[in-house]
Amino acid sequence: MKGKLFLIAGLLIVVLAATAMAAPFRIAVVMPSATTDMAFSQSMWSALLSVQKAMGGESAVVLKYSENMYKVPDAAAAVRDYASQGFDIVIAHGSQYGSSVQEIAKDFPDVTFAWGTDVNTFGLPNVYAYTAAAEQGGYVNGVMAARLTKSKKVGVTGPVEVGDAKTYIDGFSQGVQSVNTSITLSKTWTGSFSDVALMAAAAKTHIASGADVLTGSSQSVVGSIGAAKDQGSVLWFGTQSDQAPLASKLVVASQVYDWTGMLRDIIAKHKAGTLGGITYTLTLSNGGLKIAYNPSFSLPASVKAAGDAAVKGIAGGSISVTP
Amino acid sequence: MKSMFSLDVIAGILNTMIALATPFLYAALGETIAQTSGVVNLGVDGIMLLSAFAAFYVTLTTGSLWLGLLTAALVGLALGLLMSLVSVTLKAEQGVSGIGLYMFGLGMSSLLFKVLVGTVKTVRGFPPVAIPLLGDIPFVGPILFRNSIPVYSAFLLVPVVWWMLEKTTLGMKIKSVGQNPAAADSLGISVDRIRYLSVCIGATLAGIAGASLSISLLNLFQDNLTAGQGFIAVALVYFGGWSPVGVLGGALLFSVVNSFQLWVQVLGVKIPSSVAVMLPYLLTIAALTVTVNRMRQPAALNKPFQRGEN
Repeated sequence: MKGKLFLIAGLLIVVLAATAMAAPFRIAVVMPSATTDMAFSQSMWSALLSVQKAMGGESAVVLKYSENMYKVPDAAAAVRDYASQGFDIVIAHGSQYGSSVQEIAKDFPDVTFAWGTDVNTFGLPNVYAYTAAAEQGGYVNGVMAARLTKSKKVGVTGPVEVGDAKTYIDGFSQGVQSVNTSITLSKTWTGSFSDVALMAAAAKTHIASGADVLTGSSQSVVGSIGAAKDQGSVLWFGTQSDQAPLASKLVVASQVYDWTGMLRDIIAKHKAGTLGGITYTLTLSNGGLKIAYNPSFSLPASVKAAGDAAVKGIAGGSISVTP
Repeated sequence: MKSMFSLDVIAGILNTMIALATPFLYAALGETIAQTSGVVNLGVDGIMLLSAFAAFYVTLTTGSLWLGLLTAALVGLALGLLMSLVSVTLKAEQGVSGIGLYMFGLGMSSLLFKVLVGTVKTVRGFPPVAIPLLGDIPFVGPILFRNSIPVYSAFLLVPVVWWMLEKTTLGMKIKSVGQNPAAADSLGISVDRIRYLSVCIGATLAGIAGASLSISLLNLFQDNLTAGQGFIAVALVYFGGWSPVGVLGGALLFSVVNSFQLWVQVLGVKIPSSVAVMLPYLLTIAALTVTVNRMRQPAALNKPFQRGEN
């Protein structure tokens, strides 16, 4: 009896020690802007923190990040560093990082790389690609914007005409047009993802031309939101992250990228031995895209109903939005 | 649809031009003073960034815009002293030390923002102040005379800097150490002291340029807020031929073309957006090649002074 007890105690100690010594899962992410940018980078960082919490906190999942990696060579060096340090998953969160991932992933066949927004895994078994059907939430925002504009002029402040910035604005335009084709929709592109001053100037130009509802994409739209706030009554529709905290009285709703489901799946697949080869797309139907209504903004019920109907229509397939 | 040539649109273009030109004016006028004394400070963008953060943070925490502005100026002054120490006293290569200062400002502002603020927030910046009577003049009034105090100050600084450089003893000394430091030294002018003063005045103005962004024009702070405006300001000094009036012309040209391209896009004029955003740079480069006057370039620009060696 005593011997059995010793055996059980010994086994328990071994199991506990093994558990304590089990290496945590390690994820690194390289981002073009700050984790607090209220846009693209923050959406990924928030999702990673959420996944970390769900998996047991810092003892279970170690997260490391490199932010403000707007220079691709710097980002590529960071991706390679993380891979060489033996991280399980290295995320290159920027469509500009594709060629770097393609080159580096070949040198680290045991590391999973994920990158986006794009759909190309380069035929490599250890690369996941991810993208967001930003046009879907753009359409929903456009439907509501068209119903809220009184001047019948809506302004769009975009950075560069590529990627999800372009598809979001494409969807937004279709949403506006689906409600009222006579609304004037003006678009400006600043040519930069980070030029806040020029983005603010673009927003002020829209406002001066009569627009009373604005939207836009990229981390530099904080300039546009600031311009709307200075003016005092121009409404804003956000994308990528919930932008309501920036102007609680003016932000109507934001399309939010929720990467948590995708991240959980990549982690599970990595643990099961599938290191890559799959492309993920966030959509309204799979829950990767969400419309976050600003609770501080008193949105007319009819407009919210129109927004909800658009979500339902897109998710159900009755509304088709083309990027 | 409005026409590009309607009064409303022209007023809008000019209004945006004035706002966009403001930080360029502070930074480029300051750099004009520094370069006239013979010191190229490529760290202007870094000074603007750290000062923009300082102004924003002090305003956010104290609610005082003036205290924010003062802090930004002091941060600029401190970085000017650092730049002077490295490039004037220690005779380091000016371009390299300036780039080092830029990287310090970029990194430090980002770090402080992350630690002290955490996420993007907004403040209530300097409000527009209408100048009595002048502000009511049709068309011109709203463009020129309904701006914030930092905007007015930036434009008033042009004649002030011109007068200082052209009409005062200090201005003569600054020019002399920039043109021929050995001769100035032989006349009893302390080259190092004048260069310290010039770089510090320039850096203080660069600090105010940063503040004009974060607590007057944008009323927020974000990583790399300037997006390279400090480097454009340095280029404007060459464009303006080391003359405050030339700098004003360059700042207005760059800003008006930027403003124009935004209006071109808003009004739906059919040109590709990539061409539109290139316009300010293309036109500025074109104007630079035609107008730059190298004759005015300080002869001792970028050359550290060592008594007996120059």
